[in-house]
Amino acid sequence: MRVNFTVNGRPQEADDVWEGESLLYVLRERLGLPGSKNACEQGECGSCTVRLDGVPVCSCLVAAGQAEGREVVTVEGLADYAKQRSCGDSGSCGTTPDEAGSRQAEGTDSQTGEGGELSPVQQAFIDAGAVQCGFCTPGLLVAADEMLERNPSPSDADIREALSGNLCRCTGYEKIMDAVRLAAARQSEGV
Amino acid sequence: MDFLRPASWEEALAAKAEHPTAVPIAGGTDVMVEINFDHRRPEYLLDLNRVGDLYEWEVGEDTVRLGASVPYTRIMENLRAELPGLALASHTVASPQIRNRGGVGGNLGTASPAGDAHPALLAAGADVEVESAARGTRLVPIDAFYTGVKRNALEPDELIRAVHIKKADGPQQYSKVGTRNAMVIAVCAFGLALHPATRTVRTGIGSAAPTPVRAKAAEEFLNAALEEGGFWDNGKIVTPSVAKRFAELCSGACNPIDDVRGTASYRRHAVGVMARRTLTWTWESYRGTRRATEGAA
Amino acid sequence: MPTNGAPTKITQGSQTRGGVGESTLRPDGTLKVTGEFAYSSDMWHEDMLWGQILRSTVAHAEIVSIDTSEALALPGVYAVMTYDDLPTEVRNYGLEIQDTPVLAHGRVRHHGEPVAIVAADHPETARRAAAKIKVDYRELPVVTDEASATAADAILLHDNRDDHHAGHVPHPNVVHRQPIVRGDAAAASRRADVVVKGEYTFGMQDQAFLGPESGLAVPEEDGGVHLYIATQWLHSDLRQMAPVLGLPEDKVRMTLAGVGGAFGGREDLSMQIHACLLALRTGKPVKIVYNRFESFFGHVHRHPAKLYYEHGATRDGKLTHMKCRIVLDGGAYASASPAVVGNAASLSVGPYVVEDVDIEAIALYTNNPPCGAMRGFGAVQACFAYEAQMDKVAEELGMDPVEFRRLNAMEQGTLLPTGQRVDSPAPVAELLRRVKAMPLPPERQWESSEGADVRQLPGGLSNTTHGEGVVRGIGYAVGIKNVGFSEGFDDYSTARVRMEVIGGEPVATVHTAMAEVGQGGVTVHAQIARTELGVSQVTIHPADTQVGSAGSTSASRQTYVTGGAVKNACELVREKVLEVGRRKFGSYHPAWATAELLLEGGKVVTDAGEVLGDLVDVLEGEAVEIEAEWRHRPTEPFDLRTGQGNGHVQYSFAAHRAVVEVDTELGLVKVVELACAQDVGKALNPLSVVGQIQGGTTQGLGVAVMEEIVVDPKTAKVRNPSFTDYLIPTILDTPTIPVDVLELADDHAPYGLRGIGEAPTLSSTPAVLAAIRSATGLELNRTPVRPEHLTGSA
Repeated sequence: MRVNFTVNGRPQEADDVWEGESLLYVLRERLGLPGSKNACEQGECGSCTVRLDGVPVCSCLVAAGQAEGREVVTVEGLADYAKQRSCGDSGSCGTTPDEAGSRQAEGTDSQTGEGGELSPVQQAFIDAGAVQCGFCTPGLLVAADEMLERNPSPSDADIREALSGNLCRCTGYEKIMDAVRLAAARQSEGV
Repeated sequence: MDFLRPASWEEALAAKAEHPTAVPIAGGTDVMVEINFDHRRPEYLLDLNRVGDLYEWEVGEDTVRLGASVPYTRIMENLRAELPGLALASHTVASPQIRNRGGVGGNLGTASPAGDAHPALLAAGADVEVESAARGTRLVPIDAFYTGVKRNALEPDELIRAVHIKKADGPQQYSKVGTRNAMVIAVCAFGLALHPATRTVRTGIGSAAPTPVRAKAAEEFLNAALEEGGFWDNGKIVTPSVAKRFAELCSGACNPIDDVRGTASYRRHAVGVMARRTLTWTWESYRGTRRATEGAA
Repeated sequence: MPTNGAPTKITQGSQTRGGVGESTLRPDGTLKVTGEFAYSSDMWHEDMLWGQILRSTVAHAEIVSIDTSEALALPGVYAVMTYDDLPTEVRNYGLEIQDTPVLAHGRVRHHGEPVAIVAADHPETARRAAAKIKVDYRELPVVTDEASATAADAILLHDNRDDHHAGHVPHPNVVHRQPIVRGDAAAASRRADVVVKGEYTFGMQDQAFLGPESGLAVPEEDGGVHLYIATQWLHSDLRQMAPVLGLPEDKVRMTLAGVGGAFGGREDLSMQIHACLLALRTGKPVKIVYNRFESFFGHVHRHPAKLYYEHGATRDGKLTHMKCRIVLDGGAYASASPAVVGNAASLSVGPYVVEDVDIEAIALYTNNPPCGAMRGFGAVQACFAYEAQMDKVAEELGMDPVEFRRLNAMEQGTLLPTGQRVDSPAPVAELLRRVKAMPLPPERQWESSEGADVRQLPGGLSNTTHGEGVVRGIGYAVGIKNVGFSEGFDDYSTARVRMEVIGGEPVATVHTAMAEVGQGGVTVHAQIARTELGVSQVTIHPADTQVGSAGSTSASRQTYVTGGAVKNACELVREKVLEVGRRKFGSYHPAWATAELLLEGGKVVTDAGEVLGDLVDVLEGEAVEIEAEWRHRPTEPFDLRTGQGNGHVQYSFAAHRAVVEVDTELGLVKVVELACAQDVGKALNPLSVVGQIQGGTTQGLGVAVMEEIVVDPKTAKVRNPSFTDYLIPTILDTPTIPVDVLELADDHAPYGLRGIGEAPTLSSTPAVLAAIRSATGLELNRTPVRPEHLTGSA
């Protein structure tokens, strides 16, 4: 079957989709967006977390056909998503989908944690040492970004609850806690 | 495999009538795992995401009519006052991501004894609204809904549309044991609702019998004990011996198995502990409310 | 080249500093937070096929027949292969003993063993084809424990063994046996005022790395194959793969793809050979990605163990002797079992001085899932048992458990049971002192003005207690882990370092085959190059087999050994650069010939700080490149009868204090805090060091309270191969983990560093267990602890 939906602000079409394919598979294998990760494919690890019409979900548990006509934001689009949010409705620093796309195609440079077009939470994950193998990172970033959107000054228990659907096997979560606290602090300072 | 995308409830019923083997999919929590792990290859997937009214709820005089697909997150956020037991149960479901998509309809459709919503529905009292194109709507009392391990009262051409849940007329609690502090399937679970209006107590037990069950003997014992002691009126603390007997009877209502998640013996034990604690919590809350009311008067 | 997901060259940023000892940030950090970092499962190639493995549904059986005809007839299927289709006579592989069939031959020995492989145009087609392969099994009885495996009439897992351990084992179903005898334990036991015995059980833990086994094999025009793979050791894979593929090693090219964690689970081969076989057979690129279910069958696990211990002590708290017997279940194939036995035996006494010991460790062949390397490698199981023993002895003596440990703590100069003298700092007592001195977390943190916050209570979001039944407990533990490969293994690494001018700047390129699995080796390599070569720009070349072996990313060894190799190569390059400088500019300044010269800030400077010239000028038109191997001090094998020998090169020590709150009625545990003190010798990157310690600590927590692969003893089948039922800690299960890092240099190691990755995994588990014991008063001789163990309803 054919599925049409919007990913990171750009309309996408996937053809010859097998009806049992997940949104995760379509993103990774058909649309060239492997940032969402395939760690468990049973909704138990959160590494495939994307926003579906704004709501964080496990993309492995969304049948591809269920995404028809809907809007998906993946880790690849997180920086632009956060930027548009921080610019509010004024449009003063808006980014068109085309611009967003071209920036993704270029990729960020590989400078160590500096520069680039990163969202506050992405930058904080690098700065706080919250990334080791990095396989859980995309899902955690999408979940953490959404939590900070809802709750800009979370308590530690709030952070833990919001991220309790995202497993990490490397870090012991301490640096992830640090990163989210750092992102929250920077956001509140308007950095 | 075919993917059916009805745009309305009527279309969904028609599709289900035409393809009774079609597997409904909404939040995907159960169905997609089975597909991803090659445990199931349904001929048809029936996507219910487009049926908007499944995502709506209405708060009526006595009941809440909860659309089958209302996500657990919405229940937690919006129905805590009307459905406190179910809101607590919703909070224990899997992860935030799953709670954002899964709803009670999925729990009822799968009818796993470990479904988190069941004990809360049993304790609150509910009717499941199911419908077929051929025979229209019927309301299945929750007590008659679970018919076996992962089996329910649905006919092959029926779909779950909503659940009519009694609005709380008193405190409710829900407790679930898992071997992890989040994102865990129930080893066993317990729901309890005080119904001061009828001076009754209802319970629900999850994952400790082939189906979700009520601890009816325990309810009857407690109803009688509360009545006899005048507890509903005098607002006294439930005597420890009553709480203990209630807990024992709740344990006795279990018919659990040993499995990889826990032993039968532990399940019986834990249900008893949860029964005693949730009784204490709800009763304390009831006493608090009573005192507050009296104070105001 | 794959059109998507080619490994990305990592260029270190233009910081002027960023050398050894600084918390520089990961060079792959930006790629990892933007989703652009290419993991092995992200590989994609035009026209690629998908591989699928058919695995045994029973643990032990004869294969009567395999019929692949229906599978082959399915449209979209390009190849189906069984044992009979293997291209050469080499059809087994293995890290040390080549006992593992690439595809089952006439018999399967464990649940989930690969029987056939399929390549098709879509994963679903491949799955359907695999399901159509008909395998007729005739089931055989299973052996699952020591009694059944070593019975006189036990069915043998491997007939006619001819491996180098076959000659000295007591039974053919024993992979390896290592005794260690020193002093006279029997005589010493007579001096003991108290003798404490214990039997302990350690459950089967899974590495549970998040990135599933996966890779892409691309056939090459010269008849070879190029594999993009997530592994811990490219050259070890290559050595095992090439003979099976019937190719010389230079026709099997390997490039490290992004690795989503490893923890020992990628030390053995998984889908490497299968993907290459299918690619060579079909002439098309083949991608294989396990799902989580398959991953539980696709790699070895941590050995479950039974441990029998006896300790004696005098009334004044001195250990007199220790006897122990450690039985590790190696499962159906050898994997790393022999080395795990050596570790368990040689570290079985823990970081304590005990002169009279009688030790035996064995690993069994059984029909259980194969077990091998996992973080801590034999030392983990032993630490769980000896630390429980230490608490028991202290209690028996009426002593404080930490004081008792400190009284018996080893130190630099202590003789190990193997007769080896510890020749670098061993601050065991100091680590215990430090971890005990850390402030305790406040009581009843879960209480708030709005009532109990269940997120901070046992049971968490499940709302099981509002404080009822909750009791706090505190426990301590300390452990010792060897660093690097032991027992005479030629443990070396190779680094190629190049210096040249690019874009008007001096740039160093570091090329090794080190598997970056998340530990941060790439960060450290760049730091070393900056420190040694005085440049700010360092490029880390993708790891591949175009450079010599780096050895395994395991045994806490990579920063030591490959870090050492990078340092060594940098030093050689520096010498060469200075030679070039002398040749070009020596005549301009006498200091070129007379002074000690350094490379700093892109310049050649004298040790007095005088600048002699720019590296850009020295290197203009003249790149310098050196590839060199580097070794740590050699080790010796342990004597097969006495266990004596200088088997290890370095040790790593960590101590933990666990604070837990236990719901004693429901048997649920909340770990409130897990403090750690560890000696790291020298923290090359302090941020990464703390990250490693916290991560290792959490894996130890997992196996204390939830993680276990459950195998049915009757059928030897795995009962919980999924993340629904194999639980690893979530962020709500993981406490704050304060870390106190001690830096006592080991003069034998580069920069004085100490391998750090594994030690925190050792002592974390027994500390949590000790805390639960202190809260409940229960004996708890088994890990993980399950709720039914705490409520007497098992």
